[in-house]
Amino acid sequence: MGGRVRMARDYSNVIDKIDAIAAKVYADLEKAEIPALQLSTRTKANIKFDDDLNVWKYGKNKTERSANSLDGAYMLLRTMYLVDFIKDMIKQSKSSTLRETYYISEGWNLAKFSSQNESDMLAEDLEVITGCMREDFKLRPEEDGARVIGNLVVEEMTRNNTKKKIHCQDDVGDAGYGIPYNAEKEKLTFKQADADFIIAIETGGMFDRLVENGFDTDSRAILVHLKGQPARSTRRFIKRLSEEKKLPVLVFTDCDPWSFRIYGSVAYGAIKTAHISEYLATPAAQYLGVTPSDIVNYKLPTDTLTTEDIGALKSELTDPRFQDQFWKQEIKLQLSLGKKSEQQALAKYGLDYVTDTYLPEKLAEMGVSKK
Amino acid sequence: MPEAIAYELAKKQKEISVAEFFERNKHILGFGNPTRALITSVKEGVDNALDACEESGILPDIYVEVRNPTEEECVVIVEDNGPGIIKQQIPHIFARLLYGSRFHAVRQSRGQQGIGISAVVLYGQLTTGKHAKVISKIQDDQPAVLTELAIDTNKNRGEVQHQEIMHWDKPSGTRIEVSLNADYKRGKRFVYDYLQSTSIVNPHARIVFKEADGTEHVFERTADILPKKSEEIRPHPYGVELGTLIKMSKETKARKLASFLKTDFSSMGDRTADAVCDEAKLDRNLNPADMSREQFLLLHQAFKKVKIMAPPTECLSPIGETLIRRSLKSETQEISPEFIFTASRPASVFSGNPFKVEVGIVYGGNLPKDKPVKILRFANRIPLLYQQGDCAITTAIASIDWRRYGLDQPSGNGIPIGPAIFLTHIASTQIPYTSESKEAIADVEEIENEIKLAFREVARKVQMHINKKVKRVKTREKFDLITKILPEIAKKSAHMLNKPIPSLDKVITRIMDIVWIEDVVEYEKVRGKQVQVKLDAPPGQSEGGWIAKSTIMVVNYKNKPQKFNLYAVFPKDAVVGTVTPKPTKVTDTYIKWSIDNIAPINKVDIRFELAGLNKGDFDENDLYVQNINPSYVIGADKWEGE
Repeated sequence: MGGRVRMARDYSNVIDKIDAIAAKVYADLEKAEIPALQLSTRTKANIKFDDDLNVWKYGKNKTERSANSLDGAYMLLRTMYLVDFIKDMIKQSKSSTLRETYYISEGWNLAKFSSQNESDMLAEDLEVITGCMREDFKLRPEEDGARVIGNLVVEEMTRNNTKKKIHCQDDVGDAGYGIPYNAEKEKLTFKQADADFIIAIETGGMFDRLVENGFDTDSRAILVHLKGQPARSTRRFIKRLSEEKKLPVLVFTDCDPWSFRIYGSVAYGAIKTAHISEYLATPAAQYLGVTPSDIVNYKLPTDTLTTEDIGALKSELTDPRFQDQFWKQEIKLQLSLGKKSEQQALAKYGLDYVTDTYLPEKLAEMGVSKK
Repeated sequence: MPEAIAYELAKKQKEISVAEFFERNKHILGFGNPTRALITSVKEGVDNALDACEESGILPDIYVEVRNPTEEECVVIVEDNGPGIIKQQIPHIFARLLYGSRFHAVRQSRGQQGIGISAVVLYGQLTTGKHAKVISKIQDDQPAVLTELAIDTNKNRGEVQHQEIMHWDKPSGTRIEVSLNADYKRGKRFVYDYLQSTSIVNPHARIVFKEADGTEHVFERTADILPKKSEEIRPHPYGVELGTLIKMSKETKARKLASFLKTDFSSMGDRTADAVCDEAKLDRNLNPADMSREQFLLLHQAFKKVKIMAPPTECLSPIGETLIRRSLKSETQEISPEFIFTASRPASVFSGNPFKVEVGIVYGGNLPKDKPVKILRFANRIPLLYQQGDCAITTAIASIDWRRYGLDQPSGNGIPIGPAIFLTHIASTQIPYTSESKEAIADVEEIENEIKLAFREVARKVQMHINKKVKRVKTREKFDLITKILPEIAKKSAHMLNKPIPSLDKVITRIMDIVWIEDVVEYEKVRGKQVQVKLDAPPGQSEGGWIAKSTIMVVNYKNKPQKFNLYAVFPKDAVVGTVTPKPTKVTDTYIKWSIDNIAPINKVDIRFELAGLNKGDFDENDLYVQNINPSYVIGADKWEGE
């Protein structure tokens, strides 16, 4: 369990898969065919519910990245440079952040990325093509995971290869325990968890409000800050904690289409990372609020939906992940209200309202607490 | 008593002098206000000068100067290098209204404008009281004569006030100087526009304009050949009016109706003359001098009912596509337009009058993108400056849907908006103006149709040019792909696998999958030896000239060998020189090659030379292909036949 030393990992499988990409392109050229790589289409239209895994995965549609167009050729050239770079890193036991990779490409002449978004996407494409994870490619994200506070003991492999136990209330300050970018078992294990549920919170302001009001102790909750659209490690952390310690997960966000997508990526898997949904998604996660119905029931202060908001809501109506009755009703309600609201709008009724009234009522309604 | 009144009236009628006639009609004659008066004066002077030079086969060198001694007075000076005028004729030409009107022969001429230079002299005299000064020299070895002229407005006669002999450096020529009441401040811009426009449609003329403050503008000559002389033709029966018909019958030498018809009209042979007489139920032996008005009316009506051949059209003197293009190019240098295209329609006929429409489009460069296109209108080489909205040219342009050709046109009709200049020239023996002021062309259906057809033709060229450009840009991207990116992909994958770099030829043909045609036109100056010409100075007059050298590269980027015909269209005015490889056909407008089996990735170079053009007359090859799917080909269009 855990203790494998980084240096010792066997990367030969990864190298084979990377070489296979170069070999495919080379073989195309030799056969006088236009070089091309195929990968699953990464769009909303091509995600299907996987009954075995209980998450949303890519469907059968394939996209071809072919040298027949200028963009396609550039993309293939960049792929060649990136896989060669990854191979070098593996050989030299180095790793780099995605941002560093972007800067490394400055020296790749024609293959230079024009934005980091491009290099990040290509790294994801490589995952999709090879079935490897970007950690296998020695690429790591810039951001770490988010913060955790609750009656939970984790054991982390530190940078000097020693294990350290951390209690996520007693051993941490108000900012909480920081989730490392690698939330796999080799790095992180859950020792003890004395709580009734996990509550994943979109905004830092609301996370701090619950901490200050002592919601973690009073309501036996593990609080996880999502920091907006949650990083892979945050999602991985929530999934493992929920499944290993049998704790229900509740997602608490603002009430707008973008927040619904945050819930979607926690519970169903994100469209961008559907190839690894089974590692990242927590199918049992439930949406707590703020729901469009809450806007009406709690008479919350609101803002008017923007054109972009309305577009995003309509797009969610055709998103296969949001096809159940609950979401259809709520999204339609929001469209008819024409309004959106924030978590912190609950402060309209006082600072304690969210912990004394709103959350207990919602939790009871969802059958999570007895109150 | 009634008789006495009639006599009294007759006396008065007699006393209506030319001065009164002028005063009553001055708006029609172009002197309606001080701004118009200035332009009309320059115009009459310049028309006169151009006519004088052309009639005697001299390339016109015209000098125009306007001085502005007081706010209300201008001095207009127009000088030419024409043949000069003999002393005795000077008062008749410059100081007698309606002198020298032509008989019934018709021809394309500038002279349909205004009532001539004498009107300017009269206007000057009426408004300033000053006399016109004319200097004229008819031969290099003779002195020049300076004449001061006045008009006796009662007798409509020129009176020489003073005459002296003087020295003049010119070998021959005429200079006229008239003081007149005019608005220089407002008029000077129009004078400039008028002279610039005149220069565009008279590429054989060099015009210098000196403003009152001394600024000089030079409108260079762009062609060293005089326009073909327009020929006089007899009136065509379809176009003749009853009054003219009667007048002609009084002047004819023919003693019989049939011969009157045959000798005094165009397009009348024995059979047609007989057919007209039969239709009118008139004896073909009638003496025209004895015919009654009723008989003429029958004859006139019969003209319309009989099918008569169209009048001859060779009598017209168009400017020609190459010269219009050259002029436009020279006058728009500062705009640096993206392209200039021209089109010329075959001659056509309205009411028995031959006419021909020529158009040109200048596009792009510094021209404003958000303004209506600039319309330049010309009739018989005369710029039309006023009443644009009433003109058939404007109506025809506005009726075309220009949105298809990349110009803005909010409702699909009206004057389009965009960075362009539209030129239209109409040459005819009879320009149908809307009114006596001769500023707008009447809406004659035949003319409007020809203008539309001409603009459609030139617009198609514009569209082809744009399509070709778009296609080329797209294909250039692919060139980047196959020349830079693909080799890198091959290198990198080979490197990762420790294998040799594979050959890319076949992949390249798969990616490109087209036949690429690229061309360039260069000019070479030839000195010392004779260059063949059709257009410019006739052989013997000039030595050397420009040779346009066109190189066409055809590359087969398809994966199979290609075999097809290639056509290069060139201006009619050019003479074909060396052509390699050997063409299968050469006509006076195109060269045809059969391209035999170019293997994939191989190319064929084609070269041809054109003489007789000026540098820049031809700067983009006009290429067509046949026996190959044109969508495979970049750089040439489908050959639609001749």
